[in-house]
Amino acid sequence: MSNSVKEVLFGPIFNDNPIGLQILGICSALAVTTQMSVALVMCIALTLVTAFSNLFISLIRNQIPSSIRIIVQMTIIASLVIVVDQILGAVAYDISKQLTVFVGLIITNCIVMGRAEAFAMQNPPGISFLDGLGNGLGYSVVLMAVAIIRELIGSGSLMGIEILPLVTNGGWYVPTGMMLLPPSAFFIIGLLIWALRSWKSEQIEEPEYEIGGHTALSRAM
Amino acid sequence: MSDATYDKDSIKNVVMVALGVCFVCAIIVSMAAVQLKPLQVANKELDRNKNILIAAGLFKPDVTQISEIDTLFEQFTVKVVDLQEKRFLTMTEVIDAGIDVKKYDQRKAAKDPSQSIELGQQRDIASISRRARYSVAYLLENDGQVDRIVLPVHGYGLWSTLYGFIALEGDGNTVAGITFYEQKETAGLGGEVDNPAWKGLWPGKLIYANDKVAFEVTKGPVDPKSSRAQYQVDGLSGATLTSRGVQNLIAFWMGEDGFGPILKNLQG
Repeated sequence: MSNSVKEVLFGPIFNDNPIGLQILGICSALAVTTQMSVALVMCIALTLVTAFSNLFISLIRNQIPSSIRIIVQMTIIASLVIVVDQILGAVAYDISKQLTVFVGLIITNCIVMGRAEAFAMQNPPGISFLDGLGNGLGYSVVLMAVAIIRELIGSGSLMGIEILPLVTNGGWYVPTGMMLLPPSAFFIIGLLIWALRSWKSEQIEEPEYEIGGHTALSRAM
Repeated sequence: MSDATYDKDSIKNVVMVALGVCFVCAIIVSMAAVQLKPLQVANKELDRNKNILIAAGLFKPDVTQISEIDTLFEQFTVKVVDLQEKRFLTMTEVIDAGIDVKKYDQRKAAKDPSQSIELGQQRDIASISRRARYSVAYLLENDGQVDRIVLPVHGYGLWSTLYGFIALEGDGNTVAGITFYEQKETAGLGGEVDNPAWKGLWPGKLIYANDKVAFEVTKGPVDPKSSRAQYQVDGLSGATLTSRGVQNLIAFWMGEDGFGPILKNLQG
């Protein structure tokens, strides 16, 4: 595997993570991370949609007029999302029942649109497909990390298998209901981004402005 | 493009690309929808039947195989209830009313003015605004005696309408089981209506006292010493509104506007 391919495919996992660095796709990361199994299906769905939308958009990138490019991208993404939703309804009915609203929302997921606009419009199909896969994986890593924390602390289980026996089922663990509510994902993602940027300090952004000195104080000086 | 005359921003190309993309996408989407429809319908039916079996206590999660659902389900006699005239329809009446019991969609019927009534504020305890005239009921009969009856119920919780089934014993009073197959309450709080441990509290509870719905979902745990304990189920902690919603939907569907009169006939 050549270096550039590797970079495109695996770069988004830690170096250029769509959630961690680009801060895209936060909305669904809050919504679908209460259970690992649901988050996993969401990750697979989003990765497939991003990869294939990148592929198709890249295929016709030289034909797409710039005046209607966003709506063309949307049409392609929306079609893929409907197909994914239909397949889920046919194959994994139980999960699709929990996920169906959020699958529809992949259309508005910033990662898909962001990669289509930023990468697929300028690059050939093969590498665009890999870029979609890579960004999907980057999203998945963060989503699964958040889901593991939330499901374990919030419901005492992982993938639906009980790890910490709950009081309601005769065990000892009192679940933290807070973890099941969307705000908890905000904190977890915040902490993850903090950890990621402490590890890879080149991701820290330049501050956009600095707080000036105290005016009254400086006048007095 | 190497072709110098090709201008991708020309009006002609804008129209061509727009039409082309729409055409291809439309074909792909409709193909997927048409091809997968039979599977989806089968899944939906299987899921509904499974929930009826769970409510009746015939389906044991982790023990019963998915493939057994159809055979188990065949034990049921499916009947149609006329909620307006408060009786079971006969076979011929069902055909006359144009109802296919396998496909009857009560949710759709509740939206159709000719097949439903508007409940006034007074009567609409479960916040469902309209009630369909006909409902399906699933009877488990033993030597001509009704052993168990499974009834569809729904009502508003906190965020969403809860759809489920309640199963009653042949006396039309004792709860045999309950299940909710569709709800979007807060996961971990109101979503616990799906918790097997909580649903396990229901069997054996009584609905009616002196011909009135006495059943309650209490706030907090039930006091076992109370004389009303046999009519009460623990409320879900952290989900007062969902618990109240469940109580309301039971009150409605077991009451005069629901299956109350029919269950009374069973008792008599």
